Amino acid sequence: MYFNRLHLPHPTSPLEKLPIWHKDALMTDAATKPTSFQGLILTLQTYWAAQGCVILQPFDTEVGAGTLHPATVLRSLGPKPWNCAYVQPSRRPADGRYGENPNRLQHYYQFQVIMKPNPENLQELYLGSLDAIGIDRDLHDIRFVEDDWENPTVGAWGLGWEVWCDGMEVSQYTYFQQVGGLDLDLVSGELTYGLERLAMYVFDVDNVYDLPYNDHGVTYGEVFHRNEVEQSTYNFEHSDVEKIRAKFEFAEAECKALLALENPLPLPAYEHALKASHLFNLLDARGVVSPTQRQEYIKRVRDLAKGSAEAYAASETVT
Amino acid sequence: MPELLFEILSEEIPARMQVRAGADLSKALTAGLEKAGLTVEQVQVLTGPRRLTFVADVPLRSPDVSEERKGPRVGSPERALEGFMKAAGLTDISEAEIRTDPKKGEFYVAVMESAGRDTSDILAELIPEVMNNFPWPKAMKSAASNFRWVRPLRGLLVLLDGALVDIEVGGIKSGNTTVGHRRHGPGPFVVSDFTTYQSQLENAGHVVLSHDARKEIIQSKASDLCKAQGLELVEDEGLLNEVAGLTEWPVVLLGDMDADFLNLPDEVIRLTLKSHQKTFTVRDPKTGKLAPHYIIVANQVAPDGGEAIKSGNGKVISARLSDAVFFQTEDRKKNLIDYYDQLDTVVFHKKLGTIRDKAERVAALARELAPKVGADPDAAEYAAKLAKCDLVTQTVIEATSLQGQIGRLMYEAEGGNAAIATAIEEHYKPQGPSEPVPSEPVAIAVALADKLDTLVGFWAIDEKPTGSKDPFALRRAALGVVRIILENGVRLDLGKILPDRVFYLLNSLADKHSSELTRAQSVLSSRGFDDAARDLDEQVFNETYAEAWKTDESTGQGQVLTTGRDLLAFILDRLKVYLRDQGIRHDIIDAALTDGQDDLVAIVNRVTALQDFLSTPEGENLLAGYKRAANILKAEAKKGDLPEGDANRPTDEHGAALFDALNSAKPTISKALAAEDYASAMTSLADLREPIDAFFTHTQIISDDTAVKENNLRLLGLMRDTARQIADFEAIQG
Repeated sequence: MYFNRLHLPHPTSPLEKLPIWHKDALMTDAATKPTSFQGLILTLQTYWAAQGCVILQPFDTEVGAGTLHPATVLRSLGPKPWNCAYVQPSRRPADGRYGENPNRLQHYYQFQVIMKPNPENLQELYLGSLDAIGIDRDLHDIRFVEDDWENPTVGAWGLGWEVWCDGMEVSQYTYFQQVGGLDLDLVSGELTYGLERLAMYVFDVDNVYDLPYNDHGVTYGEVFHRNEVEQSTYNFEHSDVEKIRAKFEFAEAECKALLALENPLPLPAYEHALKASHLFNLLDARGVVSPTQRQEYIKRVRDLAKGSAEAYAASETVT
Repeated sequence: MPELLFEILSEEIPARMQVRAGADLSKALTAGLEKAGLTVEQVQVLTGPRRLTFVADVPLRSPDVSEERKGPRVGSPERALEGFMKAAGLTDISEAEIRTDPKKGEFYVAVMESAGRDTSDILAELIPEVMNNFPWPKAMKSAASNFRWVRPLRGLLVLLDGALVDIEVGGIKSGNTTVGHRRHGPGPFVVSDFTTYQSQLENAGHVVLSHDARKEIIQSKASDLCKAQGLELVEDEGLLNEVAGLTEWPVVLLGDMDADFLNLPDEVIRLTLKSHQKTFTVRDPKTGKLAPHYIIVANQVAPDGGEAIKSGNGKVISARLSDAVFFQTEDRKKNLIDYYDQLDTVVFHKKLGTIRDKAERVAALARELAPKVGADPDAAEYAAKLAKCDLVTQTVIEATSLQGQIGRLMYEAEGGNAAIATAIEEHYKPQGPSEPVPSEPVAIAVALADKLDTLVGFWAIDEKPTGSKDPFALRRAALGVVRIILENGVRLDLGKILPDRVFYLLNSLADKHSSELTRAQSVLSSRGFDDAARDLDEQVFNETYAEAWKTDESTGQGQVLTTGRDLLAFILDRLKVYLRDQGIRHDIIDAALTDGQDDLVAIVNRVTALQDFLSTPEGENLLAGYKRAANILKAEAKKGDLPEGDANRPTDEHGAALFDALNSAKPTISKALAAEDYASAMTSLADLREPIDAFFTHTQIISDDTAVKENNLRLLGLMRDTARQIADFEAIQG
């Protein structure tokens, strides 16, 4: 049963459940459509808050994708309903281009929505969010194209689509089926918006650094360009390989120790799994990982993440 | 008859699954209805992105059925009566009728009446059963439900003769409404029958229900749009099927791209547009070259005539093609051969080393095969090394299906030799039973070497196909070998080549392994772990190689020979399948496939000559004579040992004639066989027909005179041996 999330009329037939979102409450008229990167984020937050989502702030450990936030990976386990949305910076050190590529960044933002269990009108809610950010669906062709999602690192997979707007992928839409290698009590619907790419599309900008960050003349480049240059330089040239390897070992040991406790601590254990994952990405960016070692590192991270997920799920069932 | 209309509405079904799902739904429902005693007529099934629709004519009720079951005689023992009552569902024997039969006397008959059922009741059971067991390639659960469907289920419409049939599946209750296109006509629409369903959806609802109709619309509108611009659509049935599964209301638009992109290879453009953007390429009919346009299939009519949709797609396509240009520019900074060492970073198979290891082996084998296919050995060896190099280029990493093509294009752009360029592209061929095989010598050598190396490798590590499991596509590789050999008339002694390659493979793996082992040992030793270093050696050897090198005690032969022979048998099996598909009888193939044959071309020549021969009157007669002789010999062998030694010239006229004919035919046949002149061998065999017939007609073979009898048996033995040179006639049926 859904908990009290939406102020919606009780659906009587499946067909009446279809077109439901509150236009008035969600500022979808032209005057309030976002015109900047931060406006886009604020609009999405407001929209999903109105759907009953808890709006979280970003997780404070480096992750490679918004999905890895414990609010998604761990909260999708167990029998408790959970709806949340958040912006998550994602770091992919190997994708850095010293601020010279108009599309590629080593640090970028994803907007993540998780609704557990997935409401029956999640597709309509999602389409409503596109209206809210100013995509005119009369003019633009929105399509749900098969794309199943899998993240072996956390033993997770689901079925869904990539959502196309005029042939461009604007979101990933997934119904989780397993997380941490475990079948789920309740299926979650997960939405991921690649914010920079979406913003470039909505604001018709070809170079990410030219995106308007706010409505007062500040660009994305002014905020982040220097960070891209310095972080790329660090990732590719100055990171201390030996120390990173040692830190990886430490994170792995810490995670295992936390899981081995009589009363395991899956939340801090999972954080250490994420740290190990990021450290591996740093090593990978330096090109010091051979293909065989690569497989081995990935397996080690996977074991940590899965172990944490299992411990979390076990404690969720007990309470 | 009354009409059944059933629609399953769901969230977007993957395009590739829709048509198959329609067929599965139709099959399961029809079978279920018929099993319930209903006739099902006028079945129609329609599929689209969000719905599967089944329409058929069915009666409102299944007929009453009366079934009789005969029972035991009146007055039979209690236990027999009990058994009968139980089987017929009776509670008392008085419920059975008593009938009389002149033979059997009085006996019981149970008449079981089962009343017909309302079709709506049958549907209420059948539909949930069909849906709960639906064979989706991948299905999912949604929210808190345990019901699995391809994507969340949204609605069920079930009308029988216009009346709603109440059912519930996966938490969804049936209704009499449906929805249309999201933007153009969401509905809901109240439906009373298929006619109103179709007309509402196809008009106000903006949903073209039939997959084929959507294909037709896309195809014809795209062609018209191209024609109007003096262009021509590059047809692509696979893509057409896919976009017909991605749209409910297809609208075709012609988009533009920067003409500079046309400098990319056509294959790259086509694949980029197709796989990433689901758009069709367009060509200039005058030059046959791609034009700087493409066909987009949108799912709606936009108020701006599709300008925004075109511009959005154009941006994405331009970004994708820019990436392709970038990859290609990067790739071409080096020559193709410069990627060779990088192949060492890609694992072919854990136990068989990297792609570079494989390329090394293929190159050595291609060099060896070259003289046999009329290729220059240096060219074949070099082509084999180049053949895999494009696998590590960025273009192929992005688009694997371009493997081979990219290598060929790069090598051509470098000004490389044409025969080698062809070999690079064609060495993967044939991929399927109907794809043409390579026909140029260098390409033949590399294609054969590549496939043989794959087969030898997986045989050596005992990863053969079993049953329906063939994860490494080894059957396809073996069929490829068969077809390349036969269609090019390549003469190979596979019986020698295969074990040689197994030996070579194991040696080269062991060499590579031992150098790695040495390195690992020195690391261990340098840290003071001498024992561990020694253990490592033994352990690795035992795990990896001891098995492969072991001598099979029962045959006294090394694993190398056994593996080679086993692989040859597998290839000959594929040959049989191939010949059977060509219409050659399998018993004839078995007869001609005697031990030790390994030259596929010779085998096929022999099989064909034999099949031709057996269809002549001489052939039929000779076969009969041969079988008669073989039967007599078999019968005599049961009584005691057959006489040893050679036959003497019999004294009777017909025996003597047969003796002379055999003694002249035997060496002639063996000479003809050695010269592979199968037609002559068959003719010589045919010449034996008359003396054999005469011998069987006029001579008493099992003579009372033991000496005569024994000599006759020896003569039959000679006859059998003579014919056996050509084939084992006993294996032939008829």
